[in-house]
Amino acid sequence: MARAATTQRKIVVTTAAWIVGLLIFFPILWTILTSFKTEGDAIAFPPSLFPPHWTLENYFEVQSRSDYFRHFVNSVVISIGSTVLALLIAVPAAWAMAFSPTPKTRDIMMWMLSTKMMPAVGVLVPIYLIFRTLGLLDNVWGLMVILMLMNLPIVVWMLYTYFKEIPVDILEAARMDGATLGKELVYVLVPMAVPGIASTMLLNVILAWNEAFWTLNLTAARAAPLTAFIASYSSPEGLFWAKLSAASTLAIAPILVLGWISQKQLVRGLTFGAVK
Amino acid sequence: MGSIQLQHVNKSFGTHAVIPDASLEIKDGEFVVFVGPSGCGKSTLLRLIAGLEDTTSGQILLDGQDMTAAAPAKRQLAMVFQSYALYPHMTVAQNIGFPLKMAGMDKAAIDAKVKEAAGVLNLTSYLDRRPRNLSGGQRQRVAIGRAIVREPKAFLFDEPLSNLDAALRVNMRLEISELHHQLKTTMVYVTHDQVEAMTMADRIVVLNAGNIEQFGTPMELYRTPANRFVAGFIGSPKMNFVDGAEAAKHGAFAIGVRPEHMAVNKDSGLWRGTVGVAEHLGSDTFLHVNVDGLGLMTVRAEGEKQLHHGDVVWLTPDPSRIYRFDKDGQALAAA
Ligand SMILES: Nc1ncnc2c1ncn2[C@@H]1O[C@H](COP(=O)(O)OP(=O)(O)OP(=O)(O)O)[C@@H](O)[C@H]1O
Ligand SMILES: [Mg+2]
Repeated sequence: MARAATTQRKIVVTTAAWIVGLLIFFPILWTILTSFKTEGDAIAFPPSLFPPHWTLENYFEVQSRSDYFRHFVNSVVISIGSTVLALLIAVPAAWAMAFSPTPKTRDIMMWMLSTKMMPAVGVLVPIYLIFRTLGLLDNVWGLMVILMLMNLPIVVWMLYTYFKEIPVDILEAARMDGATLGKELVYVLVPMAVPGIASTMLLNVILAWNEAFWTLNLTAARAAPLTAFIASYSSPEGLFWAKLSAASTLAIAPILVLGWISQKQLVRGLTFGAVK
Repeated sequence: MGSIQLQHVNKSFGTHAVIPDASLEIKDGEFVVFVGPSGCGKSTLLRLIAGLEDTTSGQILLDGQDMTAAAPAKRQLAMVFQSYALYPHMTVAQNIGFPLKMAGMDKAAIDAKVKEAAGVLNLTSYLDRRPRNLSGGQRQRVAIGRAIVREPKAFLFDEPLSNLDAALRVNMRLEISELHHQLKTTMVYVTHDQVEAMTMADRIVVLNAGNIEQFGTPMELYRTPANRFVAGFIGSPKMNFVDGAEAAKHGAFAIGVRPEHMAVNKDSGLWRGTVGVAEHLGSDTFLHVNVDGLGLMTVRAEGEKQLHHGDVVWLTPDPSRIYRFDKDGQALAAA
């Protein structure tokens, strides 16, 4: 009796999970399938799920019209660069907040997070002007810095949660063993926090890779990452659904693969502290 | 060399003075135990010496040098934590060698030292393991190994045995005492277990609510407790206290008699009472006797004595072993 109930339960839960999973994945699937359709089939009504005539035409077209590889490199440089910068700042910051908090630490963290609640457009003009003055427009370094700043609050929060889990005793033991502050960080804290730092890093790379507001507004050509590459297919000449889909597929493929490989790590990172 | 001096040390968290005013002088090579009830400030005092907490006021001198403001790393003290605090991502060998690595010693020398320490502590076959694959006792030994390799000025132990089971605890107690005899390095040891304190210490510091109640050898504390708190804390089972008219007969506000300083007789004696629970430990039997008009008392009887719940017995304290206390709990000179 009990066994039957659990089996039934399993079936219901599994079915529900598949439905939700497919719902979430459907737009991506649609995009990928559309990229293999001809332009005509792509706008046909009623639409068909699978391409009636499979074609790689769009990919050749996209490749010949724009330089996918250059955008790809920009995306890699910007997302990894901003992540490294963010970690360099966030590790010491989260360390200080987790292990020598002051009565105001909590408020500072809330304040940091609250900056994420402001719509980015609100600061577009000042930041644009600052970037123009500094000559950082259409520059990968400029983008790295701005994306780092945008994600910093989340990175600090995530690392803080991880560091909180590390027993203070162990850091104190390191101090007693003669470790200076720097050595304590390098030899003890960071190695112990590797899983946490890795998932923070992954999440930040993904966020930076997908970021489309600042990358579109602050770049033109040289520093443009894949988001700009996609956007260029929804412009003046009109919408070419199939080509846009091919470009999108190319743009999300690397991060999709990365996410797939590291999904365990990611899930652990995002639900950290939720279950004890 | 490793003498430790505290001069009017005060430690407050906010307005709460955990250590109001402590002065103490620990000699080089001494084994000193801090003992006291939970929350009395033992760990805080030890952490002040270690430098893990900053003093609010007062001085801490190591080998006569003022180290009050020095970072823990600069004090050349080694600490063994209750939780062992091993580095989980390092092997046993790396754990033990860590302080030497921090001191900038070269790899070959570290290896030699680690091997030597592992030999002393029976850890040689575990050097490549990680802490999570060790038993509690082995972890404890690694923690001690990490402390001894560096040849510190003094060792600080914060309840190092409280996570071990009773049998292992006795073993480790002996090992630590043995280590002290070999190394002859100053050791400061925190425990709330007065048996550990009595058996290991050269001298004991009895703490109560952050105050040092008495500092002396185990036998001094046992024979001449400075006050009622120390008298009650040192010795197991606890000393029996009596106040009121019975104490007044001895010219004191309160008197105390240890369980082992009373004779038990079935027919006659000074205080009449009824046997309650009897605890037979084999070598000794501890009787809880409800003494008429004085309340519950514990008394030690020889193992064989056949006494049962409800039997009437007579207790007679050894007159030369009656402790007298004044109204404030201070010990009065022997009458
Ligand atoms: N960081 C802190 N902030 C505020 N109060 C503290 C802090 N650390 C300790 N205390 C307080 O100081 C007092 C003494 O604590 P301490 O840890 O020294 O006691 P202890 O004698 O070691 O007790 P135990 O035997 O339980 O380990 C306690 O009342 C504790 O609440
Ligand atoms: Mg303690």
